[in-house]
Amino acid sequence: MVVTAGEKKKGLQTVVFTNPPILTSWASIVGPKEGEGPWGNSFDRVLSDYLTGEASWEKAENKMLQEAVELALSKNNLLAKDAELLLAGDLLNQLASSNFAARQLKTPFLGLYGACSTMAESLIIGAMLLDGGFFRRLVAAACSHHYTAERQFRFPTEQGVQPSPSSQWTATGAGAVVLEAQGSGPRITAATIGKVVDLGQTDSSNMGSAMAPAAADTIKMHIADLNYPSDYYDLIVTGDLGIIGMALTGQLMVKDGLVPAPYYSDCGVLLYDEQQGVNAGGSGCGCSAVMLCGPLLAKIQSGEINKLLLVGTGALMSPTTSFQGESIPGIAHAVAIEMG
Amino acid sequence: MVDEKKLNEIEIQEYSSLVQRVNPKPQVFKHSVWAFVAGGLICVLGQIINNSLILQGMSNGDASASTAVILIFLAALLTGLGYYDELAKYAGAGTIVPITGFANAIVASALEFKREGYIFGVGARIFAVAGPTLVFGFAVSTLIGLIRVFVAS
Amino acid sequence: MVPLYMAFLVGGTLCLIGQLIMDLTKPEITPGHILVGYISAGAILSGLGLYKPLVELGGAGATVPLSGFGHLLTEGVIKGVGEKGLLGAFSGGLEAAAAGIAAAIIFGYITAVLFNPKG
Repeated sequence: MVVTAGEKKKGLQTVVFTNPPILTSWASIVGPKEGEGPWGNSFDRVLSDYLTGEASWEKAENKMLQEAVELALSKNNLLAKDAELLLAGDLLNQLASSNFAARQLKTPFLGLYGACSTMAESLIIGAMLLDGGFFRRLVAAACSHHYTAERQFRFPTEQGVQPSPSSQWTATGAGAVVLEAQGSGPRITAATIGKVVDLGQTDSSNMGSAMAPAAADTIKMHIADLNYPSDYYDLIVTGDLGIIGMALTGQLMVKDGLVPAPYYSDCGVLLYDEQQGVNAGGSGCGCSAVMLCGPLLAKIQSGEINKLLLVGTGALMSPTTSFQGESIPGIAHAVAIEMG
Repeated sequence: MVDEKKLNEIEIQEYSSLVQRVNPKPQVFKHSVWAFVAGGLICVLGQIINNSLILQGMSNGDASASTAVILIFLAALLTGLGYYDELAKYAGAGTIVPITGFANAIVASALEFKREGYIFGVGARIFAVAGPTLVFGFAVSTLIGLIRVFVAS
Repeated sequence: MVPLYMAFLVGGTLCLIGQLIMDLTKPEITPGHILVGYISAGAILSGLGLYKPLVELGGAGATVPLSGFGHLLTEGVIKGVGEKGLLGAFSGGLEAAAAGIAAAIIFGYITAVLFNPKG
């Protein structure tokens, strides 16, 4: 039997939306360090400390996600019960933060894991569910917390370790977007679902290098599937590659015949100042989530950016596979967000 | 016919060399100076404690053991107060190699899992780093002892 | 007694070697690997009779680094073998290192009870 492509599918990996879903509102909550960064004023809320009055960092993280979802909805005068579906993910085992936030929100819920690419993943799936006519209004969200990630993936937080210059700082932050079939705001016009790409990188303190090939591959496929000129987008922004990963992706893009500068940047590079001691930059689900739901969508709304390609990037490693000597697979999903 | 496995290997090799070119090197000289000075000073502190204990009339062996206990106490305190990891960002091996680094690894692991309870949180995780260290210490030294026993007999 | 500057030089050099291992070899080397490596290396060098001269030269500069702990274990084992034969190979190390290990566990536990991780 010959499988024919879906009618909304274009090229090998890309979908184009017939009725582009609308980002009607969004919200971002960040940790103290992100608040001190260059975009500190662009976020809805900056937490004063990492516990925010909770008994553990895990509790603080799921509360942060819950509040970001509620805040995004409240901007449209909506409550959690008005959303038909919540699509959310985080970095913790068993998606602990998203599950517990969904427990409080009582919204029908699908948990997603795409490591740090989760924000893009939730937007893509949400957009497809809306364009497919299954829902009218849903929330796509993602979050990460520096210390919950640190203790799960790396070292106890009080252990003395010397960070390598290629290491990245897991962002503390949650971003939520209300996606609707009708309304006004920026639209999701197309999306490219990435392949898992692994070029044998094993250093867990150099995630950018592990993810860069996936990012470059997805960008290449997106541009090729849609037959766009390489300068179609005002800005292509990857999720959390950091300085090294961004430089590598730039090189790989040139190899693919694309011109990165000045249209290409990375949320992990943008989120912090160099002096903040984050080495190669930011990472984590929250990194691209808050950059999108903070400064980037604001710039789209104000007309500074018309066409944005958000490329969420994820390093699909686990401590178990790393101990077993496995390399780190990367993934990247691209979401095209356009105004008007 | 294109050998896909071979192609993939070439791609991996090419990419690895690209990563190596882009990847920043650690500041070996700066790190080394920090490690040398910090590690040296911790040892000097140990020597001062050791000397004063001997002056108080302690035997060499007891003074040495007491010095270790005092240094471990200080490292535990600094870890609890949240200073040891900040120092280690700069001092690197200078704070990891001395017995204070061993104490820090033990305390940090224990402290981190406090919120998971005092038995299977603190109690179990306290050995996350210390466990492997002690296992290898005992394995190697016992093996040396066994060799001595059998060589002697 | 060993002069302080010798403790500084010997201790600093042992730490410097650790730093070079971390910076110049595989990035996968963690502090845990360094600790395991030092305790093992100290125990082996002690067994070969090479660590004792270093202690005589550097005092705390040789005993405070974790290689000194490995040396302590081996010395305990060798002493145990001399006194009790085969049994001593098993009991000697822990006897010699008992204070340090117990202190680390007790202080570790107390710290965990009294403090919270600051991050």
